[in-house]
Amino acid sequence: MNWGTLYSQLGGVNKHSTSLGKIWLSVLFIFRVTILVLAAERVWGDEQSDFTCNTQQPGCKNVCYDHFFPVSHIRLWCLQLIFVSTPALLMAMYVSFRKRGVRRNLIANRRDRPTQEELENLKKRRLPITGRLWLTYTCSLFFRIIFEAGFMYALYYIYDGFQMPRLVKCEQWPCPNKVDCFISRPTEKTVFTIFMVASSAICIVLNVAELIYLIIKNLMRCSTKHKMSHVYTDHESKDKAVSQNKINERFLSTADSDDKAT
Amino acid sequence: MNWGTLYTQLTGVNRHSTSLGKIWLSVLFIFRVSVLVVAAETVWSDEQADFVCNTLQPGCENVCYDHFFPISHVRLWCLQLIFASTPPLLVAMYVAHRRHEDKRGILCASRSRAKQEEDLESLRKRRLPITGALWWVYAASLLFRLLFEAVFMYALYAIYDGVWLPRLVRCEEVPCPNEVDCFVSRPTEKTVFTVFMAAASGACMVLNVAELAYLVAKAATRGPARRGVRKGQADYAAKDKGLLQMMRNETLMASSSSV
Repeated sequence: MNWGTLYSQLGGVNKHSTSLGKIWLSVLFIFRVTILVLAAERVWGDEQSDFTCNTQQPGCKNVCYDHFFPVSHIRLWCLQLIFVSTPALLMAMYVSFRKRGVRRNLIANRRDRPTQEELENLKKRRLPITGRLWLTYTCSLFFRIIFEAGFMYALYYIYDGFQMPRLVKCEQWPCPNKVDCFISRPTEKTVFTIFMVASSAICIVLNVAELIYLIIKNLMRCSTKHKMSHVYTDHESKDKAVSQNKINERFLSTADSDDKAT
Repeated sequence: MNWGTLYTQLTGVNRHSTSLGKIWLSVLFIFRVSVLVVAAETVWSDEQADFVCNTLQPGCENVCYDHFFPISHVRLWCLQLIFASTPPLLVAMYVAHRRHEDKRGILCASRSRAKQEEDLESLRKRRLPITGALWWVYAASLLFRLLFEAVFMYALYAIYDGVWLPRLVRCEEVPCPNEVDCFVSRPTEKTVFTVFMAAASGACMVLNVAELAYLVAKAATRGPARRGVRKGQADYAAKDKGLLQMMRNETLMASSSSV
């Protein structure tokens, strides 16, 4: 289990996302996961070994490091990225559940067995974001925003801002009196912290924009439905695309038979 | 998530690039990413551990190292390579979006299943010509590539006051007592690699500029040639769109007449 596996799972969800969702996924993986793995992990690699305290008291350095770095930035970002990716996987589970239902109906209701081609088309088809799928998608966006904001606040709260100081003064037991402790690579860490916070903020903005877009699209669809005179015979929860496809197929088959006759 | 994944993504884009774009991609991956991963990272691996100051004062080495190396060369190059690789991925996203539209058009048209399969195959294999909206997207991606490369090269030059790494730096930061001599680890080897990466970056910028000039020249020559062409001949992309629209119209007319 690694970032590559997560990427392949999320890539599958991409098909059912809006364009903003696709941009969000690219920002997530290119600017956050890749930079975390390729650069940030190296910067924090020696965070404890090069944390130096001006004392010879054994144990003082360990205790002071633990006091000032309860959870490392890298671990917080790892958790943030995993939590933020999880709602998208719920979407994928719902889509596969829906497709399985449609497939079962297709096999059960048709007199002749559906062809392999039709099943393949079902697998490849992109479901429109309406009805229950819209609700699931909106919930997933909402949770993404909550997780992003939650982790950003946690980072800000634990480290009292996003800037890493060069020197921290430690009074924990067993350190004698007050001891100066020096952090390793504070400037480089500050640069990467600001970069990751900025990427997280961009992701939040994209998620909020996507949420607003979905709400507006749904409102417009509701108002158009009000105005339209003829009523859909199928329920709102049933896949509109399936019924429209059936109508189109009927027209095309009659057109084909006309062609053959002429 | 690693350089290999990025490489796979970018080679997908390669098909829609010009020859200069393909050369740029090879230079990027062979001379920059490979050298970074295989050689440069090893040279910089002990940069802090072997940064030694002539003092026993605890914390002085940490602080002096942080003062003289606010951000490591290796990290700057990582960021530069990631940022420079991002614009071609935007081109790939645009091409995928165009293909998706064309595919929908083909599926809507009233053709036999075999003909549709044939059309879809040719669509998948076909290389989109760099005209119209794709030209603008490609040109914009080239401009951004140039911008990112230049910004990072300038940042490296500004932070380290050139490409040369000194053997000795003098440090007066707190808590160091007075002025302290600090010695940088492997300065000559680091200078060699810095010069090499700067040269490779320069070569990539030159390739980008050449590609941009080529695209502009191609668009300029295509403009007057198209104006002189007869009505029946249209360029490939416009013909494509026209054909798809015709197929869609045929379907609608056929279905409306059968109803």
